[in-house]
Amino acid sequence: MVRLRDPFMDCVRRLDDIASSVDFEGNTAKIDATGLTHKELNDLLRVCVEKGAEKIIIKNVCGQRYIGTRLHFPGKKVEIDVFGIPGNDLGMFMNGHRIVVHGNAQDGVGNTMNDGEIVVKGRAGDVVAMSMRGGRIFIRDDVGYRTAIHMKEYRERVPVLVVGGSSQDFLGEYMAGGSVLLLGLTLKNQKHKANYVGTGMHGGTIYIRGKIEQYQLGKEVGVVEMEEEDYRKVESLVKDYLRYFKDSIKNFELDEIMGERFIKLVPVSKRPYGRIYTYYIRY
Amino acid sequence: MAMKSHLLPEFIVERDNERCDSCKVCIKQCPFGVHYYDEEKDRVYSREELCVGCQRCVVYCPKNALKVIPYPKHYRPNDYWNESYIRDIKKQAESGGIILTSCGSARRTKIYWDHILLNASQVTNPSIDPLREPMELRTFLGRKPDALEIDLENMEIKTELHPNLMIEAPILFAGMSYGAISYNAFKSLAMAAKKFGTLFNTGEGGMPKDMREEFKDCTIVQCASGRFGVDPEYLNYSAAIEIKIGQGAKPGIGGHLPGEKVTAEISSTRMIPEGTDALSPAPHHDIYSIEDLSMLIYALKEATNYEKPVCVKIAAVHNVAAIASGMVRAGADIIAIDGFRGGTGATPKIMREHVGIPVELALAAVDQRLREEGIRNKCSVIVGGGIRCAADVVKAIALGADAVYIGTAALIALGCTMCQHCHTGKCAWGICTQDPELSKRLNPKVGAERAYNLLRAWSLEIKDVLGGMGINAIESLRGNRDHLRGIGLEEWELKVLGIKGAGE
Repeated sequence: MVRLRDPFMDCVRRLDDIASSVDFEGNTAKIDATGLTHKELNDLLRVCVEKGAEKIIIKNVCGQRYIGTRLHFPGKKVEIDVFGIPGNDLGMFMNGHRIVVHGNAQDGVGNTMNDGEIVVKGRAGDVVAMSMRGGRIFIRDDVGYRTAIHMKEYRERVPVLVVGGSSQDFLGEYMAGGSVLLLGLTLKNQKHKANYVGTGMHGGTIYIRGKIEQYQLGKEVGVVEMEEEDYRKVESLVKDYLRYFKDSIKNFELDEIMGERFIKLVPVSKRPYGRIYTYYIRY
Repeated sequence: MAMKSHLLPEFIVERDNERCDSCKVCIKQCPFGVHYYDEEKDRVYSREELCVGCQRCVVYCPKNALKVIPYPKHYRPNDYWNESYIRDIKKQAESGGIILTSCGSARRTKIYWDHILLNASQVTNPSIDPLREPMELRTFLGRKPDALEIDLENMEIKTELHPNLMIEAPILFAGMSYGAISYNAFKSLAMAAKKFGTLFNTGEGGMPKDMREEFKDCTIVQCASGRFGVDPEYLNYSAAIEIKIGQGAKPGIGGHLPGEKVTAEISSTRMIPEGTDALSPAPHHDIYSIEDLSMLIYALKEATNYEKPVCVKIAAVHNVAAIASGMVRAGADIIAIDGFRGGTGATPKIMREHVGIPVELALAAVDQRLREEGIRNKCSVIVGGGIRCAADVVKAIALGADAVYIGTAALIALGCTMCQHCHTGKCAWGICTQDPELSKRLNPKVGAERAYNLLRAWSLEIKDVLGGMGINAIESLRGNRDHLRGIGLEEWELKVLGIKGAGE
């Protein structure tokens, strides 16, 4: 019999065997993630929440995926502090919890996230906030490719992504709703790196601080003037940004950030691809 | 200056004026505006150039006064430049756009089902009479263990089993979204699946909240590239989750549900604002490789606490066997393969007619490959894309499928006549439409009964065929290609199908 290796399920230990990695103090659980697989760590997280933990501190995280994904307990909100580098899909499908990462994050932060907040005190990889539908994500430094791709909003759910640094290509591609704020604090007066910003965008808003040229933007977005309301919104987000990262960002003041020029990108059409098809032409 | 259309009508509407008493039922029934009443002459006339041939008026005319028949060939007969090409060129010359169509491929290509014959028992092994003896069609879908450890003392299975789905016959309803089809059509299928003991599939349009509790055990929820309506609650109110990578009617491209179809109800189910286009990107932007697919499979397992099997659906394309192997290795519990005849609510005609391969060949190749690699037990295989009758189901099972998806056949049971105008959203039968006036034509109770009857009828037929073969459980037919013979097939086709020729 050929044995099929399963990188996720092989060698997963039973709960009893890993229980010693958890330390409970009141409503706070401390997990030492050293040597835990993705599933083991998430098994423990789930048990902690089931046992009533309201705050969970995970130390020595090293690449474990899906932190926060298996915590669908309607009505319950947990705070998770992650020390180390969480793996891909941090907070995927997350619905209301708050995760703070004390370090960098990998790909897929907040993928298809529904509600809650993720704060990354460092940089994040590709597809941050993909298909995100609600909640907020704050990334202190740069993000990778395809950030906020197909982000969408629905009624009271309006997702927000704030990136302190810059992004790579395809920022806000296919974007259908929500707000992205790119502060460009890591740029040092250079222009943003991203190309194809907002290609296929048909909803939502992208605010960009710092230099960006017309050719870097997708055909489906238009640059419009910032209005009073936009400044208010941006300023409130920048305040939160500074509050969240005050320990590690000391060089920036609110006035300095808000003093720079912002541009606002919105879709030209809600239906960018409406006119390339032939319906039966008699109708 | 307005351009005169050069297109000719596709159908002739013949009205028997002896029978017609101008009751105007046809006018009410036709959403395409074919029939109209002339007050002066007190007669009903037809604009046949608008007719799509859906036959609604014919069925509902109380006097049987109507006949809708295809227009005789318009142009000089030409096998190469046939009607279809001339018509499409004229359409494009007048509009400059991609030709949209719906349903599955209508082009003449070899139908392999029709070149495969089934076996029956004679003398050397007895056939079984399904009327007198039990016949087992029950099917389990999901990953199976490599070996079973049994506690003989207590007669219990000691091996930890993966989550499996149990269905009463190897037939499931294929993914058709609420949005592509009407709420009533969607609900008809859900009700039929529940009553029969099989599953229906939400497609990529989410699951209406009011149906979640009632149908959670017979629902496969889909997670497609648009992630419409996908949240933890949706994922958890399900029997299984399906990642849709591709679709037989349009492999490799995404989907566009036009804004005008995004009504208040669709908007709340998909969780997008009313009136905006629902664009499904062509790829999942978090899946660019087998490793990425694995990541999403396990993300979904995480989101549902490893309680549900995860299925991955792809279109049958050239390298399907290798792709399927990768999918199984990525952790898919079920793989679904949609052949090029699979249907859709809207697709560019060029994709529908020219992209993908027949599911018969794809299925045989996938089953063979997974066996060779020793990983066939790791997944169940569901095939779809043009399953027309119980015989197709039996042949699919014998070629190696665990079950089949039926989409088009299910809609035909509800009333569809394959007029191929789903993309206009004006379905006269209340199936592929969001117009409340049209969709109320389909009563979910009646629709469910029709769809249930179809499942029942096919099950009875499958039992008959199995009995004839001397087999009393569908499990014994699975991958049993000895029961198939090819006719009118070339050497390479027999080889791919893994069957002998008739008489061999």
